[in-house]
Amino acid sequence: MEAYLVAMLVFAGFYALMALGLNVIWGLTGMVNLGLVGFFGLGAYASALLTTKLAWPMPLGWVAGALVAAIAGGVMALIVARLRGDYLAIVTLGFAEVTRLIASNEIWLTNGTDGISGIPGPWRGEVSPQGFNLIFLALVWATVAIAFVLLSRLSHAPFGRVLRAIREDQDVAAVAGKPVLWFKIRAFIIGACVTGMAGALYAHYNAYIAPEGFAPLLTIYIVLALTAGGVGSMRGAVVGALFVMALIEGTRFLAAEIPGVSPVQKAALREGIIALTLILLLRFRPQGLIPERTRTRSTT
Amino acid sequence: MEDWRDLAQVLLNGVMAGSVLMLPAIGFNCIFAVLRYPNFAVAGFATIGAFAGWVANAQWGMPAGLALLVAFLAAGAAGLLSEELALKPLRPAGPLTVAIASVALTILLENIIRFSFGNDLKGYDLPILRDWRFDGIRVSPQQLTNTAYAIGAAGALFALLAFTRLGRAMRAVADNPTLADIKGVDPDRIARVAVFIGAGLAGFGGMLIGLDTSIDPLTGFRVVLSVFAAAVVGGLGSIPGAALGAMVVGVGEEMAGVLLEPAYRTVTAFLAILLVLMFRPSGLLGARN
Repeated sequence: MEAYLVAMLVFAGFYALMALGLNVIWGLTGMVNLGLVGFFGLGAYASALLTTKLAWPMPLGWVAGALVAAIAGGVMALIVARLRGDYLAIVTLGFAEVTRLIASNEIWLTNGTDGISGIPGPWRGEVSPQGFNLIFLALVWATVAIAFVLLSRLSHAPFGRVLRAIREDQDVAAVAGKPVLWFKIRAFIIGACVTGMAGALYAHYNAYIAPEGFAPLLTIYIVLALTAGGVGSMRGAVVGALFVMALIEGTRFLAAEIPGVSPVQKAALREGIIALTLILLLRFRPQGLIPERTRTRSTT
Repeated sequence: MEDWRDLAQVLLNGVMAGSVLMLPAIGFNCIFAVLRYPNFAVAGFATIGAFAGWVANAQWGMPAGLALLVAFLAAGAAGLLSEELALKPLRPAGPLTVAIASVALTILLENIIRFSFGNDLKGYDLPILRDWRFDGIRVSPQQLTNTAYAIGAAGALFALLAFTRLGRAMRAVADNPTLADIKGVDPDRIARVAVFIGAGLAGFGGMLIGLDTSIDPLTGFRVVLSVFAAAVVGGLGSIPGAALGAMVVGVGEEMAGVLLEPAYRTVTAFLAILLVLMFRPSGLLGARN
């Protein structure tokens, strides 16, 4: 039970990092990113490949994973950030699918759908499994804490205020002399970077990654986390991630209680409940649990 | 490709694949034209159509042609129901909120199907036909029939838009909702019709995809990128554009399948989206803005 709880909290940490990343892109700047899982996957694969094939030290792999995702985010933003939001939604969704397809088919590099196994973890094997879990728990939440502090400061710095201005009305921001495109690109890079870092850590925690681990449902989890927590609020992103983890695991117990349904039906029920929760939240509590607070808009 | 026949074969396959993509793409653009948001749930509607058609065909013993009608009606009804219950209340929050909710909706629909039918592949009850050969060019009669069904359905929609009062009203709302409202067209009613037809066509297309191979809860999602590519290449919100875009994407994917690897057909669709957005964001037949 304790091991289970720790593992869940580690995963909640990955979700929190991704939600923080998404908050910069979507929450602050107002750009949809339905391909979050693509950046997560890029970070995971980059770090896994560099540490297993080229025997890079792990911390270097994590940084590389974050950087690869950041670069991909920058390139994508360069192409699409000037477009309307609906195009951005389509392109980001497509990006995630293409990442997964490439991971499934470039077998020489990624081992295809068999995935990459034997990814090293810090002190894995040297300490007990539970010890490893605890080490990782500390590592992930330390990363969350660092990201949280940096991004919170960023969000209240002039940079963050410009991002919010772009979100509210980018024409006004442009008239005020802000290079809107350049701000959007930087926001995308930062968000993708944090998400890539989450992916890199995930790969080393799990020791194994495969394309099916990077399905669009994960993006929905994170969108749900941010919506639940409060779009635009960094505290909300972290709280939302914990909420989503509680929801995902709660549905597991709920599904186990229902008699006479097959495992496939249980899985379907769980995914369905999570999707339905997002729709209901968007409708009934779009401001989330911890609404964004800014100087111009106090809590409502 | 040493031979003109190879090229002809690729073109033919591309047009046949494109005609199947055409209906969900038209459905997507039909909803976009009237409601101004990308409804990602077309993937779910396509899957629902495929399964409704399967129930009608494989379980109730209807012929495929009639089952396609069932697919259209079931997906249309599912589309209308989910629009009214889930998406419409979100419209005031902006098109992007609706778009995000539609992604959740497609996962919800997919899982309703999974819950009811399981993950196993299902095939339609169809006569097995031998491929026809013309001078070295292979044609599968089933694919050719599917193309005919697709063209028939698209033709019916064009006739509706061009020759009926309802069609004129739909075009009016798509063109300028305020003006249409002043002229006495009820935008809510037109929105419902557009969603029903759009989702219905997605379902019709979903079943055509299934007729060609087999179906499972991911049937719709697997083609969704190609469908978006068709819609974007043709121009978001343009119905003739979606038809043309589907052909371009169909042929492009087929060519890429031959030149690169078959698995990368979808990647081609994504590249098509990027290229169009970089050089001609309004698409081939898109609106002026």
